[in-house]
Amino acid sequence: MKPEPDDESPGLPGFRTWRGVYWFVLGCFVLVVIGLTLFSRAFA
Amino acid sequence: MNLVDWLVLLGTMVGIAGYGAWRTRHTDHLDTYLKGSKTTGWFTIGLSVAATQASAITFLSIPGQGFESGIGFVQNYFGLPLALIIVCAVFLPIYRKLGVYTAYEYLGKRFDQKTRLLGAGLFLLQRGLAAGVTIYAPAIILSSVLGWRLDLTIIGAGLLVIVYTVTGGSVAVSLTQKWQMLVIFAGMIAAFFIVLARLPAGLGFSGAAHLAGALGKLEAVDFSLDPSHRYTLWSGLIGGLFLSLSYFGTDQSQVQRYIGGASLREGRLGLMFNAVLKIPMQFFILLLGALVFVFYQFQPAPVFYNEAEWARHTNGPQGATFRALEEKHAALHAAKQQRIAAWQVARTSGDTGAEQAARTALLAAQKATDDVRTEARSALLAADPRAKTKDSDYVFIGFIVRQLPHGLVGLLVAVMIAAALGSKASELNALGATTTIDLWRHFRPLAEHDEARNVRAAKWFTAGWGIFAIGFALFAGFAENLIEAINILGSIFYGVVLGLFLTAFFLKRIGGTAVFWGAVAAQALVFVLFFTLNISYLWYNLIGCAACMIFALVLQAMLSPQSKPATS
Repeated sequence: MKPEPDDESPGLPGFRTWRGVYWFVLGCFVLVVIGLTLFSRAFA
Repeated sequence: MNLVDWLVLLGTMVGIAGYGAWRTRHTDHLDTYLKGSKTTGWFTIGLSVAATQASAITFLSIPGQGFESGIGFVQNYFGLPLALIIVCAVFLPIYRKLGVYTAYEYLGKRFDQKTRLLGAGLFLLQRGLAAGVTIYAPAIILSSVLGWRLDLTIIGAGLLVIVYTVTGGSVAVSLTQKWQMLVIFAGMIAAFFIVLARLPAGLGFSGAAHLAGALGKLEAVDFSLDPSHRYTLWSGLIGGLFLSLSYFGTDQSQVQRYIGGASLREGRLGLMFNAVLKIPMQFFILLLGALVFVFYQFQPAPVFYNEAEWARHTNGPQGATFRALEEKHAALHAAKQQRIAAWQVARTSGDTGAEQAARTALLAAQKATDDVRTEARSALLAADPRAKTKDSDYVFIGFIVRQLPHGLVGLLVAVMIAAALGSKASELNALGATTTIDLWRHFRPLAEHDEARNVRAAKWFTAGWGIFAIGFALFAGFAENLIEAINILGSIFYGVVLGLFLTAFFLKRIGGTAVFWGAVAAQALVFVLFFTLNISYLWYNLIGCAACMIFALVLQAMLSPQSKPATS
C-alpha cells in the first residue's frame, strides 16, 4: 500500500513541497540540540 | 487556596468544559463524533495533540525531575520530531485516504479481521488499564497537598470530563483541549516569572543558571555511549523514536486527534507544530524545576517534599527520629548556603582555581544534604513499608501553594487539572471509538448503516469507560509501584503494535495469518525478556517491533504459497 501522493501544497511561505517542510523541521531539531549543548556548556 | 483561587480554578475548568459541551451539543453525525469537525484547522489539531500527550503528571513530575536530576530528561524527547515526520509522510496519508475511524480499522483492511481485533485488543487492554491511573495519579498529589478529599477529587474531575466527551465526542475534546492548553501555557509562563522574581535580589536568571549548572542540574545533552547512563542523546534518539512512533502513529488516543480536520494539510501542520514545539516546551518545564531547585537553595528547604506524608510520621510514635533528621538537614542546608556564598564570591573574582575549589566544596555540601534526604526516605520505609518515598512530584505543587500569590495558585492548580482533563478526554474518546468501531460493529455488522444507533453506542461506550476509570481509580487502591507497573505495561505493548503497522506499511508480501501469529509470538517474547532481562523498558519498543516484523517474515516464508498476501 502506497501513501497518498503529496498532491497538496503545504501552503506555507517559502515551502513548495512537504519534503521541504520536513527538512526544515529536521533542521530546527538539529539547531535545538546544538542550542541545548551550548546552553549546558555555558552554565556547566 | 482562598476564594479568588477557587473562582479562577472553577471559572476556567467548568467554563471550558461547559463551553465545549454547549458548543458541540448537536453533534449527531458519526464522522464528526469520532473524527472531529471537518473545519478544524492545524492550530487546534496541534494543540489537541499536545494536550493529549501532556497529562497532569507532566506538569507535576517533570519540574520535579528538573529539580531532582536536572534537565537531561529532555533527551527522552529527541526521537519525537523524527517520529512525527514519519507519521506525517506515511501514516497520516494512508489513514485519511482510507477514511478510517480508528488505526486498527486499517489493519483489518490491510490484513484481516483477526489482526484488527488483535491491534484493537492490545490498545483497549493497555489504555483500559491505564484509564484509572490518569485520574488517580494527579488526584492523589493534589488532594494530599491541597487537603481535598481524594474520592471527591476523582469523581469531580472524572464526571466533568465525561460530560463534555460524551456530549460532543471528538469535536468537543479538540475544542476544550485548545483552551485548556492556552490556560496551561499562561500558567507555566506566569510560574516561570514568579520563580525568577522570588530569587534573591541581584541573582537574576544568569546567576541562577550558573548556580544550577555548578550543581549539575543543567546538563541537557549527554553524548556518552555508556549504557549505564540513564538519559543520553542516543537512547533518546533510538528508544525515543520507536516510542514516539508507536504512540503518535498507532495509539488511537493520538490518531483520533489528527485524522479528522479540514484536510490532510491541516493534520500535517498540526503534527509539525508539535515536532517543533515539544522539545523546547519540555526544556522549559525542566528548566522551571531547576530554577525551583535554585530557589530552595536560598530558603529553608524541607527534608522531604511530600509534607503530608512526612508530618504523619513526625507526629507518630517514631517522631523523634524524623525530627532529628529535620534538624540534621537544616544544619547541612545552612552550611551549604555558606558554600554557595563562597562560590559566588570566587566566581565573580575571576580566579579559576578558587572557583574550582569553591565548587568542589559546594558539591560536597550538596551531596551531604542529598544523603540526609536518602536517609529520610529509608526512615520512612522503615517506619512504614508502604510509605510513598518519591517526593519529587510534590516539589512544584508545594512551591505553587506556598510561594505564588492568590489567584495564580488557582490558575496553576487549573493547569494541573486542565492537563488531567485534556489527556483523559482523548483517552475516553479513543476507548469509546475503538470499542464501537472495532468491537461492537464487528459483532453487529448490520448496525453499520444506522448512524444514529452508532452514535448512541459510541456515547454509551465512552461513558462506560469513563465510569470504569473513576471506579478503578476509587477502588483499586493503587500502590506507587502499581502505577509505574501500568506505565511500563504500556511500553511493553507499544513495540508489537508498532510492528503490526510497520509490517502493514513496508512489508507488502506479508499476509494476515503470518503477521497475526508473528505479533503473538513477539508479544510473548517481550513478556519473557521483561521478566528475565534488566534493561530500560524503552528498549522493549524496539525489540517488540523488530521481533514482530522478523517473525512475520519467517512465518510468511513458511506458510504455503496459497496464504493470503497483501492486496496492495
